[in-house]
Amino acid sequence: MRQPFSRALFCAGAATLALAGCGGSSTPSSSGAGAQTGTSDPDLSGPAASLTGAGSTFDQPFFTRAFYDYNQKDSGVTITYASIGSGGGIAQFQAQTVDFGASDVPMKASEIAAAKGGTVLQVPVALGGEAISYNLAGVAGGLHLTGTVLAQIYLGQIKKWNDPAIMSLNPGIILPSQAITVIHRSDGSGTSYIFTNYLSTVSPPWSSGPGTGKTVNWPVGLGGKGNEGVAGLVKQVAGSIGYVELAYALQNNFTFAAIQNAAGQWVQPTLATVAADAAQKPAVSSTDFSIVNEKGSTSYPISGYSWVLVYEKQTDTTKGTALVKVLDWLTHAGQADAQAVDYVPLPANIQQLARTTLQQIVDSAGTQLLK
Amino acid sequence: MTGGRDRRRLTRHLRLGDRAYRRVLQGFGVFVLVIFVAVGATLFIQAWPAFKHSGPGFVTGTTWDPSHAIYGAVPFIAGTLFTSAIGLALAIPIGIGAAIFLAEYAPRRISGALGMLVELLAAVPSVVYGLWGFLVLGPIFQNTIEPRLSWLPFAHGAPLPVGLLLAGVILAVMVLPTIVAVTRDLANAVPATSREAVFGLGGTRWQMVRTAVLPAIRTGVVGAVVLGLGRALGETMAVTFVIGNTNAVPNSLIAPAQTMASLIANEFTEATEPFHASALLGIAVLLLVIAVIVNALARLLVWSVSREVRETV
Repeated sequence: MRQPFSRALFCAGAATLALAGCGGSSTPSSSGAGAQTGTSDPDLSGPAASLTGAGSTFDQPFFTRAFYDYNQKDSGVTITYASIGSGGGIAQFQAQTVDFGASDVPMKASEIAAAKGGTVLQVPVALGGEAISYNLAGVAGGLHLTGTVLAQIYLGQIKKWNDPAIMSLNPGIILPSQAITVIHRSDGSGTSYIFTNYLSTVSPPWSSGPGTGKTVNWPVGLGGKGNEGVAGLVKQVAGSIGYVELAYALQNNFTFAAIQNAAGQWVQPTLATVAADAAQKPAVSSTDFSIVNEKGSTSYPISGYSWVLVYEKQTDTTKGTALVKVLDWLTHAGQADAQAVDYVPLPANIQQLARTTLQQIVDSAGTQLLK
Repeated sequence: MTGGRDRRRLTRHLRLGDRAYRRVLQGFGVFVLVIFVAVGATLFIQAWPAFKHSGPGFVTGTTWDPSHAIYGAVPFIAGTLFTSAIGLALAIPIGIGAAIFLAEYAPRRISGALGMLVELLAAVPSVVYGLWGFLVLGPIFQNTIEPRLSWLPFAHGAPLPVGLLLAGVILAVMVLPTIVAVTRDLANAVPATSREAVFGLGGTRWQMVRTAVLPAIRTGVVGAVVLGLGRALGETMAVTFVIGNTNAVPNSLIAPAQTMASLIANEFTEATEPFHASALLGIAVLLLVIAVIVNALARLLVWSVSREVRETV
């Protein structure tokens, strides 16, 4: 956390306002392996259309950049995205006031049943990981944590940094006898969902206790609003620990812990290790979407997708054609824009899955729209 | 007698304008009422599923667990009332004191400049107070103020850069301008003859303030405090920055907590769990009810104070 917090706040604020302005200063090391974007741009020319979408704030920096980019390539198509949160995005998509929705957690069967436009298709569009950041004087980096210990910390069972459970994982580090202050998100978020999903997967007491959700009943700790809120608290409270989106952590040069993955390896969160984790589950779907703690020696275990929601049957052929084209581009060549703002590009097998899903979209005559 | 007819026509004309004017004003009055009722009714209808789901537990429960569809509002009611109480406890004496100084003691030039500064304080957006509280005041509270408060009966726990006390202090800063500005204007409106009467009897300045100014402005000051309380109860952005956002009933003056308004601001955008959005609207209904109750109590206070004043006169 070498950059001043005010800068981080400014970046976050600027990102919500307009363009993802801070991507330009991001670390060059982020362009690692796993960046398998589409090989060539498909033919993007087509009839003019104006598309609207709403939902997840997580997707916003990526979408802003990607949709601007798309408009540069095909000026006839403009896409307006309102980052009003997944809840609002789902509601507007259900009511058909937007052409597509975006949600950090796929729509549940009950939510799909309430959608007015018929069958809903859900496409993984962005991939992200969570970094475990901490503020411990004298421990600049290299802290090792397992999922079980992380769960015990967040359950309030491990209260001090020199607890034997943490010491045994970090033989080379002198840990102070300092109280641990747990920091979590106070706003409902997909980030919290992925994090609690991970804790539930690795820890039975967490699973039967607070459980998995965008807003859970945190047993201990302080809440910060947004990544910048969590980061600000971690910076100000000595002895604190918190989880932040990987993109945010990379752009602000945070120190973060290495986590032990399912194969027993210690893994740092990077674009490559998150992509390696996601690639382990090619058959991800809107009903089986969890990708935390996957196998593989280089997999970083705390990761998850964000989803785009779209109706299978498009009543307006022109609009529908433009929509599938945009989404196909977004999940292939457009992933380069995800990487530019430190999101993890979708692995090749997931890009293929996105295309197969988009090929199911038809117009009212039953003609497949993605050629 | 053309003059009489003219006058009659004129009065008829006036009466028509009068009536139209009256109708328009009536319309505006009704409009305000309609807005209030519409907001209240819409909130209640939307909140009804959560009320039905949680039963009386919605108002008496202390657990807020959206992922298990358990909704209890006590932590947030407590957080709202505690922060507002701390804010007013600090702002009332300071505010009235500052206003009396501005109106009765300060030289005219200082009084004008200070008065303008106070009014400027009211114009600062709340998010700025929040940022300032979080970045500047928070560390001072954690490192300097809170460690020195441990002798107080309800100030145990680890010092943090966020919490009830800090939120209360930020609220005090935010309601201060309202109380100062209104009280100062009230004091300035006290007739000079009242003051001269006290001086004429050989009274000091302090005796003059106590016997001529303060009794005369009492009811107005209560009104100013109610205005400030309204702002404190509903303040969202600044509080969200500095309260700590912990969904539990605070057990200490310096513990992290959550208010009703900050909870709604925090959770509404991603409220996709069953009954979650509805429960948040339920919190909004409770906040509205609490605001109405507090206003009614304040009016009762004004009424009893003014009756007392009438009786003593």
